[in-house]
Amino acid sequence: MQKTEDPRVVRRTIVVNADIQRAFEVFTQNMGQWWPKEHHIGDSPLLAVVVEPRNGGRWYEKDEDGSECEWGTVLDWQPPIRAAFSWHLTGDFEYVADITQASEVEVRFTSETAERTRVEVEHRCFERHGESGDRLRTEVDKPGGWTYVLNGYAKLMA
Amino acid sequence: MAYVTEKLAALADPTRLAVFERVAKRPAAVHEIALDFPVSRPAISQHLRVLKDAQLVLDEAVGAQRIYRVDPSGIEEIRSYFDRFWGDALASFKTFIETNPSLNPKDRNAKDRRPPRRAKDNRRKR
Repeated sequence: MQKTEDPRVVRRTIVVNADIQRAFEVFTQNMGQWWPKEHHIGDSPLLAVVVEPRNGGRWYEKDEDGSECEWGTVLDWQPPIRAAFSWHLTGDFEYVADITQASEVEVRFTSETAERTRVEVEHRCFERHGESGDRLRTEVDKPGGWTYVLNGYAKLMA
Repeated sequence: MAYVTEKLAALADPTRLAVFERVAKRPAAVHEIALDFPVSRPAISQHLRVLKDAQLVLDEAVGAQRIYRVDPSGIEEIRSYFDRFWGDALASFKTFIETNPSLNPKDRNAKDRRPPRRAKDNRRKR
């Protein structure tokens, strides 16, 4: 994976053993199955993460108690090469409706071979989340933080 | 991480965050910033001092004034939080997609092409 030096943008790249169509579909349509489950909004356990497959579509989570919580909006939908979202979640995955406090996530898919796909994530304008500073701090301070959560996920998948 | 905590704590105050965003829009002197807020200039100065101590803003002398602007290194600390998250999330995505080859119905007949349990090598142990 790569890092960028631009301090206002996060770029991450990974190559997966899947064709581009499937990489796009699993990323966007099975998101809840690979997403860190502890990092969501609802009080009830995370059931699914739904991306409505169209421009302007909702991006939201469904929880076991039946509740739905917004995460953002589809800003651009170009399967299987590109999807972009507004990201309204604070450091503790609390939704802030104001789009001026939302950052942007762009995901690009490129075929490396018929069976290998490069997935690039660009997360930008996150300085707009400054409002969530105290909550973000709390999250970062949790023992283990994200790494702990993803270790749990990796074990579940094994 | 101590620096991140300090920076985020500095932004936790709504007025101070608004001051930060004002400075991010356009570098300015204290009296210019104060025009946009219903609080006193000394209060603005105090907020700027906290932001400066947290390395979120810089000031430089321009003539008789001190002009405040955003410190790019401060943003970098917050950026690294998301950088870490996406790094881990993408690794998680890779593990998932390579261990669930038949998740989508249209891919079921693609099973034969799957590399054998490749992502398992990346599995972390408790």
